[in-house]
Amino acid sequence: MSDATDPIAPRASVFAGLRLTWTAIIAGSVLLFWFTLALIGPWIAPHGEAEIISSTTFAPIGEGGILGTDKLGRDVLSRLIYGVRTTMLLALVTTVISFACGVTLGFAAAILKGWFDVIVSRIVEAFMAFPSTLLALVIIGVFGTSITVLVLTVGLVLSTGVFRVSRALGYDVGVMDFVEAARARGEGTWWILTREILPNSMAPLIAEFGLRFTFSILFLSGLSFLGLGVQEPAADWGLMVQENVGGLFLGSSAALLPAACIASLTISMNLLVDWFQQRQQGETVLEKIDQ
Amino acid sequence: MSDILSIRNLRVEGRPPGGAYVPIVKDVSLSVRKGEVLALIGESGSGKSTISLAAMGFARPGCRIAGGEVWLNGYDIMKLSPRERHALRGDAVSYVAQSAAASFNPALRIGRQVIEAPLWHGAGDAATLTAQATELYRKLDLPNPESVGHRFPHQVSGGQLQRLMAAMAMSCGPDLLILDEPTTALDVTTQIEVLKAFKDIIREQGTAAIYVTHDLAVVAQVADRILVLKDGEMVEEGTTDAILHNPQHDYTRKLMAAVRPAPHLVDHVAARDADVPVLSVQNVTAGYGTVTILSDVSMEVPRASVVGVIGESGCGKSTLARVVAGLTPAREGRIELNGKQVEAELDARPREALRDCQMVFQMADTALNPRQRIRDILGRPLQFYHGMTGRKQADRVAELLDLVDLPASFASRYPAELSGGQKQRVNLARALAADPRIILCDEVTSALDTVVAAGVIELLKSLRDRLGVAYMFISHDLSTVASFADEVVVLYAGRVVEKGPSKAVFQAPWHPYTHLLLASVPEMRQGWLEGVADTAEARAASTGSVQIGAKGCPFANRCAKVITGTCETVAPPVRDLPGGLTIACHLPPEALPA
Ligand SMILES: Nc1ncnc2c1ncn2[C@@H]1O[C@H](COP(=O)(O)OP(=O)(O)O)[C@@H](O)[C@H]1O
Ligand code: SF4
Ligand SMILES: [Mg+2]
Repeated sequence: MSDATDPIAPRASVFAGLRLTWTAIIAGSVLLFWFTLALIGPWIAPHGEAEIISSTTFAPIGEGGILGTDKLGRDVLSRLIYGVRTTMLLALVTTVISFACGVTLGFAAAILKGWFDVIVSRIVEAFMAFPSTLLALVIIGVFGTSITVLVLTVGLVLSTGVFRVSRALGYDVGVMDFVEAARARGEGTWWILTREILPNSMAPLIAEFGLRFTFSILFLSGLSFLGLGVQEPAADWGLMVQENVGGLFLGSSAALLPAACIASLTISMNLLVDWFQQRQQGETVLEKIDQ
Repeated sequence: MSDILSIRNLRVEGRPPGGAYVPIVKDVSLSVRKGEVLALIGESGSGKSTISLAAMGFARPGCRIAGGEVWLNGYDIMKLSPRERHALRGDAVSYVAQSAAASFNPALRIGRQVIEAPLWHGAGDAATLTAQATELYRKLDLPNPESVGHRFPHQVSGGQLQRLMAAMAMSCGPDLLILDEPTTALDVTTQIEVLKAFKDIIREQGTAAIYVTHDLAVVAQVADRILVLKDGEMVEEGTTDAILHNPQHDYTRKLMAAVRPAPHLVDHVAARDADVPVLSVQNVTAGYGTVTILSDVSMEVPRASVVGVIGESGCGKSTLARVVAGLTPAREGRIELNGKQVEAELDARPREALRDCQMVFQMADTALNPRQRIRDILGRPLQFYHGMTGRKQADRVAELLDLVDLPASFASRYPAELSGGQKQRVNLARALAADPRIILCDEVTSALDTVVAAGVIELLKSLRDRLGVAYMFISHDLSTVASFADEVVVLYAGRVVEKGPSKAVFQAPWHPYTHLLLASVPEMRQGWLEGVADTAEARAASTGSVQIGAKGCPFANRCAKVITGTCETVAPPVRDLPGGLTIACHLPPEALPA
């Protein structure tokens, strides 16, 4: 046959052949740095999480600790290092929870359709009608501030968005011919969900995961800042900003440093997701022109 | 210098992921003058689209323009800055793609999208531009030119959307128009209207155009000159007249032969009465939600035979296949496989019934799960229907690939690593894996180039002979059906208007609708388009569109022979004619088109 394979055939795996850009490399390095620090932090932190090292509070950079001290005279550097672990772990757990709920319900709604879809969609819409912070404040107000309540609440709040994305994805992929082919063969719902739909939704779901992770960091930090999140003496970046806000007027950077850390983490994640999505879109553009 | 576009020694290279650059366009030169239409023809992969993109100074991701010059309106566009090039692209060149649906934003009104580019280029204010667009709609023969701009893309038909796409392209008053297979996805009847509209507007505005296609008969209608391409190289170039009447190159002759396969008018093997048919559809009514699409459809597929189903898009051909497969359950009527009635619902059918009847979809791309290797795609039905695993399964996969003329090494590939024709072969192999008695082929060759499609048809024929499998062969391409089917069913608006042995259906007398379809197939001679577009039949047909659920004859609003007063209100009688032909029409047999 004369129909030769197109030399620029698109790739089969989500990550295969993604070409790196400088933005991606820098953003990826920042994230890798924070992840590594979250893993090994406690072994390299110069002082303990809540250890008071100096009687000078709000010591400037270079005095007391390397990055100064906070409102109780604790080492800012050590608290930042401990904080990355708390912040990222909590964000990760909430994002995983939101995905577990959101993706399962979203795909189920797309496949089962009918009344199941209607009921779940209405409930989710009702939740989404409230501003998310307000919703979280109410739930935490009722159940009290504990890490479990915090994680479950934020996970729940975030899962509404995940639900919508997965439901739309499920509907889109679910009407593709290869899913119809599987149905015509007689395959059951479980096979269709796990073998046909899920693998073909991976790229947008990965991007969504990145964005939700960012969002949950900001959200958790926000709650901590309001005093409803992580409680002292644990170190958390959002909490550190709140604790040390008073020091701003004394010229202390103890509140600015954790804020900068949050920014570096979320911005890097966003850049990486942008890059990933652009690469994926590049692929579809290419497919369109190819036809 | 009156050349609008002149390309000299163009070379484009593409790079497979992780590989080195390989040439995909080799040393191509061409030029287009004002008011001239140059056709680029060749199979997919021959570089047609790549060249037309290069004419805009554009290379697909993964490709680069490696050499040569592209002069547009006196500018060497490779030397322009990206910003200048961008400005030139919207202003001097416009591009019409194969699928208009992909180029329109479904959420915005059409009119707004048509004037977007000229508005952006500062060509005038919205009111003036809208007035100009309305004028364009009128020139393109669109119905209700004043109001069509207020509609959303899904509210117009495919042919209309394609013309609106042309309006969008013309709205900047470009010097060069690039049309990339703009009618390939359309019905023959719609194609006539669209081709006519394109041709008129190009003449009138004196635009230069590049027309990319693989259909020589279409080219004969619109092009002044033809450039034949193969594997990124120029095979031959000349005036349309010269290429059509005196092709110099074997490849050109091969392309011409593939356009219109000879009709298959042998007398049908009379095995049908002896055996129970593989598939029998009796008085089936079906639809989606509250709409009824198919009403009272009956047809049979005898063993090891090919039954063609033809009709314009939207007539319910796919719905018929889906009803048979159980994907869209029938509301009324009976479906029998091998003489045994099966349930309308897919879930209620036993696995053997599912196995006996397999379906192959139109879009080879979307019918294969992009994240599964060919090995898994073919292995699953083997396991599902035959419990075949491990070594045995792998051997059978290799056999299946061999059956569809693909190398066994393809087992480890992903669908994206195959061409369109190869994917369609894999789809066929997946259906064969079940060992079916009948395969429902829904437009399986419609998205393929003529030469590749001819190969797939040959394969289907040889499989039928070797394995004794029957086909329900759905297509809007009449010449393919004529060359392949033993029997033909003509569907219009969800009803069977004519059926019978292929020989009888493609010969006089015809149902008025069948006649319209046959008369609309482009012929490979210049001037055909003007002649046919002018007939009373074509004019009547273009005034209406497919009406599902009409009371009398569904074709009454487009029929040139309509008996006013009767046809619109009374359902036409179904008459049996000599030669096994059945026609549903009020006209007495003598009065049918002949
Ligand atoms: N899933 C669907 N829901 C509602 N209407 C549909 C659906 N699929 C097809 N239709 C409608 O059914 C009619 C017949 O469509 P189809 O069977 O696809 O025709 P064909 O295959 O002949 O082009 C069309 O009017 C189309 O709009
Ligand atoms: S029944 Fe009337 S409208 Fe229908 S095809 Fe025959 S003549 Fe035309
Ligand atoms: Mg169809």
